[in-house]
Amino acid sequence: MSPAPRMAVDIGGTFTDLVLETADGDVSLKVPTTPDAPEVAVLEGVGRLLGEAAVAPGAVALVIHGTTLATNALIERKGARTALITTEGFRDSVEIAYEHRFEQYDLYMERPPPLVPRELRLTVPERRAADGEVLLPLDEQAVRDLLPVLQAENIEAVAICFLHSYVDDAHEVRCAEILAQAMPDLAITRSAEVCPEIREYERMSTAIANAYVQPLMAGYLGRLEAGLAAMGLAAPLLMMMSSGGVTTVETARALPIRLVESGPAGGVILARDVAAENGAARALSFDMGGTTAKLTLIDDYRPQHSRSFEVARAYRFLKGSGLPLRIPVIDMVEIGAGGGSIARIDALRRITVGPDSAGADPGPAAYGQGGEAPTVTDADVALGRIDPENFAGGHIALDADAAAGAISRDVAEPLSLPLETAAAGIAEIVDETMANAARVHAVEHGKDVGGRVLIAFGGAAPLHAARLAEKLGIERIVVPAGAGVGSAYGFLRAPIGYEVVRTRLARLAAFDAAMVNDLFAEMQAEAEAVVRLGAPDAPLEALRIAFMRYRGQGHEITVELPERDYGAGDRELLHELFEARYRDLFGRVIPKLEVEILTWTLSLATRRDEIQAAPPTPSIAAPPPSGSRMLFDPLAEAAVEATIHDRTALAPGMRLAGPAVIVEEQTTTVVPAGFAATINSLAQIVIEREGQAA
Amino acid sequence: MSNEGLTDIRRQVMWNRLLAVVEEQAQTLVRTAFSTSAREAGDISAGVFDPEGRMLAQAVTGTPGHVNSMARAVVHFLDVFPAREMRPGDAYITNDPWKGTGHLHDFTLVSPTFVDDRLVALFASTTHVVDIGGIGLSPDSRQVFHEGLYVPITPVMREGRVEEWLLNLVRHNVREPEQVEGDIYALIACNEIGSDRLRAMMAEYDLPVLDALGGHIIEASQRAMEAAIDALPQGRWRDEMRIDGYDSPIDLVATVTIGGGEILVDFDGSSPVSDRGINCPMCYTEAYTAFGVKCAVAPAIPNNAGSLAPIRVTAPENTIVNAPPPAAVVARSTIGHMLPDVVFGCLNQAVPGRVPAEGTSNLWNVKLGAGHGMTGLSDGSATPFMVTSFHSGGAGARPAQDGLSATPFPSGVRNVPIEITEAITPLVIWRKDLRTDSGGPGRERGGLGQVMEISSREAAPFGIFASFERVHHPARGRDGGAPGANGRVRLASGTELRHKGFQTIPAGDRLIVEMPGGGGIGEAGTRDTARVAADVRAGLVTRDAAERDYGVVLDDRLEVDEDGTATARSD
Repeated sequence: MSPAPRMAVDIGGTFTDLVLETADGDVSLKVPTTPDAPEVAVLEGVGRLLGEAAVAPGAVALVIHGTTLATNALIERKGARTALITTEGFRDSVEIAYEHRFEQYDLYMERPPPLVPRELRLTVPERRAADGEVLLPLDEQAVRDLLPVLQAENIEAVAICFLHSYVDDAHEVRCAEILAQAMPDLAITRSAEVCPEIREYERMSTAIANAYVQPLMAGYLGRLEAGLAAMGLAAPLLMMMSSGGVTTVETARALPIRLVESGPAGGVILARDVAAENGAARALSFDMGGTTAKLTLIDDYRPQHSRSFEVARAYRFLKGSGLPLRIPVIDMVEIGAGGGSIARIDALRRITVGPDSAGADPGPAAYGQGGEAPTVTDADVALGRIDPENFAGGHIALDADAAAGAISRDVAEPLSLPLETAAAGIAEIVDETMANAARVHAVEHGKDVGGRVLIAFGGAAPLHAARLAEKLGIERIVVPAGAGVGSAYGFLRAPIGYEVVRTRLARLAAFDAAMVNDLFAEMQAEAEAVVRLGAPDAPLEALRIAFMRYRGQGHEITVELPERDYGAGDRELLHELFEARYRDLFGRVIPKLEVEILTWTLSLATRRDEIQAAPPTPSIAAPPPSGSRMLFDPLAEAAVEATIHDRTALAPGMRLAGPAVIVEEQTTTVVPAGFAATINSLAQIVIEREGQAA
Repeated sequence: MSNEGLTDIRRQVMWNRLLAVVEEQAQTLVRTAFSTSAREAGDISAGVFDPEGRMLAQAVTGTPGHVNSMARAVVHFLDVFPAREMRPGDAYITNDPWKGTGHLHDFTLVSPTFVDDRLVALFASTTHVVDIGGIGLSPDSRQVFHEGLYVPITPVMREGRVEEWLLNLVRHNVREPEQVEGDIYALIACNEIGSDRLRAMMAEYDLPVLDALGGHIIEASQRAMEAAIDALPQGRWRDEMRIDGYDSPIDLVATVTIGGGEILVDFDGSSPVSDRGINCPMCYTEAYTAFGVKCAVAPAIPNNAGSLAPIRVTAPENTIVNAPPPAAVVARSTIGHMLPDVVFGCLNQAVPGRVPAEGTSNLWNVKLGAGHGMTGLSDGSATPFMVTSFHSGGAGARPAQDGLSATPFPSGVRNVPIEITEAITPLVIWRKDLRTDSGGPGRERGGLGQVMEISSREAAPFGIFASFERVHHPARGRDGGAPGANGRVRLASGTELRHKGFQTIPAGDRLIVEMPGGGGIGEAGTRDTARVAADVRAGLVTRDAAERDYGVVLDDRLEVDEDGTATARSD
């Protein structure tokens, strides 16, 4: 029996990507996103895609969906009219934030304003201590007294966040009950439900962000479900999360904040599978689009995860300039480096690139849509990497003279450099910026980037991958098929999963196995209830992580724990696991110090079939190139003649020596001199340094 | 093809790489550090130096006091241990206030990097440890000897072997031996990471030494700095500011001379040394002065020996800004944090409209503790603890923006979450919110301070190591702007506390800390009335203060009463 068709839909800022996976092959489609009512583009795309594939709506078995709706609402501040109810004395925690200037030398720096203005940050008397003891009972009348304020202010959503609610959330629960009874239509988020973790600012920020996007997301999901049903598409709808797992619409409605940045997470899931198909236990996912580049470390076929994330960074992508969220995420370093990133000269006569971008509108100078500033794409045109006649499948004609003019005016002439040198400089700087970000990101996690396999996708990544790889000490690059809709492909490969967190400060010296067993049992039950909604029968696998530190430290490290009940003897095991991880991260352990555990997480997901390595394929002769053009080689410091190949003309087993460019609809892959590209049995382009290619 | 052009670009790429290397070094330190100031507040510094001790690159993570004083520290290490005596795997350490970063709580550690048996660079890092012995965290000390263990420049590791005797000595002289030892290991580890990364970069670019790259970095930075200085009006300007001091006020007097590609800041006329622990060693004075100049003149030029060279700082010896040993210096930030305000006072005359008004400037860190010999005897009736929580009052208004509320400047620390402080101490913080009407009125309003109320869950007293400024002398406004509110420290039961020195909060009482506001800029009567109304609706300014300070009359819906306002503002 051939598997039933499954569909993936990824709403991005500019395009909505759709992929239909059928027994006869995959069909994909890009339609323009309709920002005011995103379901319009989705429904139109679904109809077209089903038509093209000649699949009846009723035959679709599953739809997996990711959307930037929540992210955009946070960036553009277009969420619900939201109020905060917090412990008396703490209305300003979200405004005071970290009491930090994230940019030391800028006298004019501003912090992002909270999503809830001060007049809508309300307080009630109540207080719990760090160990859960009630120091002041909840003043229920004070909660009731807020109702007229919420009504008068037309509040649509409320976040409730009380101090130390991660230990005991009874006050939050009671407060929510009172509100729900009086205002049944109010969207209510409790902080202990979204993020039962210590550190009040982050928890409050996460709860507020969830409340802020909740009505919008609920409305959208309702319209989408109705629209799909009206088409006769009755398949279950699952939502992609930032953790790289998928979940039910019901969970997405309650915790929409977990959907932030779900599109890029899908891309990493694809990269993870590509790594497995190529036997790359250590990989680096490299997704470069028009505005930013995103890099993710993948070890043993598992992308790096994190529980802290910052959305809507408003100041040069600097840490601290966004809104902190404590949610399970695939850990990415995001840099303001994309095809549209703008190049200029600074006061020290150095070339700088980004983080601001010309975006798609006006776009690079070469687009001829009014963009004046030279961008990375303009440099790529000037260097011969992009064929101006054949960009985006020939849909956008590029003006090479405009690209050259912008670079000459803003970079080459001020520095008295030849055009190509200036263009090479722009490319070098953007590649170095990405390489540095990857290195610093890796060290923050005690890892190294050298020797990994680079998985490159997104419109600009295959253009820059080879040089980035050289800078990072990487010898092998894989450009997957369908790289332009990589995220949607990733959705189809994501497991159904859910992650639960608890803060329970526990000294290892006083390790209480029964407490820990009870805690994990409770977390397992909570996660299973969510996962089973989407996967009633599938086998599941759990991952347990403890956030541990030496007593007195302020940052925890993540330590994976075995999945079983613990006994008193496991104290030594936990200590060993902690020390092993600490040594991995920081090179040495500290003798004699006591160890403690602050936070525990459990992620539960459907077990995925093991991915088969791409089978070897016999070598066959490559077709003659479709042409040639001059390509600037930064190492040779000269233009060299490169062959041009159409990716659709390349079949598994073919091998090309650089310098060459491989052109496809959504991107161009550059194979520099000294490298060779092989097409593997999965139609992926594998680039390796000559002499090392298989 | 221009080979020279590519050489330029390659040099630039390597410079960027060097900045990434020191950022990796700094991140390693933050992630492995123990003291709250390092791990939560980022009170650290990391950098790479050439074999002559000139700083080539410095991490942007860190605070100015460490950043610029560490820049000068490496030369002192080389004086004691010349480069030719250093071996791979060595590391040297000191907490000398005059050769490091200003007080005994800061350890600076220097490690040589070797390539093929040749010393190519030195990595230095600084961190603030939680305790160094002595009388503790308040400026009650009268000599540096009261302030704790003094470690002269000494090897802490020789050819990879840790000097266990030294760590043993340190452990026996501090109240938190594990944490302090852990912090020293963190310094060793971060310099090792820096060295590894630098060697990898040199191998990749086939660089045997850093001389050419270092020379280029220093020269290009110095040229850019000089160009920025040349673009300023040339001349001499003077400003003075009076602050609270320990028990009598202190005058800080600065004269800024701009000319010949240099900015000279001289503190002649400032008060003499104090007999309490608020004195500032010259290195720390230089650090914060240079930081203030750089923020105002050339914020984007990377920090290194070249960009710092054109900023010269001088002060007569035996003044509070150039206190020699054995002056007590534990709270040297009392003075250091104030220096950018005085520099800005001068620069505001030279280039109006560029610098902020005076702010709270000195941190309002809440340092609390209980235990034997402080709040009683160790009879088991109360939990002993010691905690520093980093907090700030309001910053000064900016020429076209309000001041930042509850935000440090010039220091760059971060706060510690209330829930974390409560989890590790018997304390309860009942309130931490913005202090209404504390921002200095002006066309641009000063930042607001904040209020904290703190008690113990135990029926036991606890102590405060107070070191607060702007209690008697507020942050002044500029260009007609009004001063921010004074700070205040008191007990809920009514007693006013002193702004400096150790004091006890009796069992059952609450400590109330009201932090100062920043000064305003421009006449308050010219502030946009809609912004005043918005401040009142947000509760940042009271309706009464809107009328009294800004001449803005609001109706009961808190909308601007145009007629009433016109009358009030015409008076």
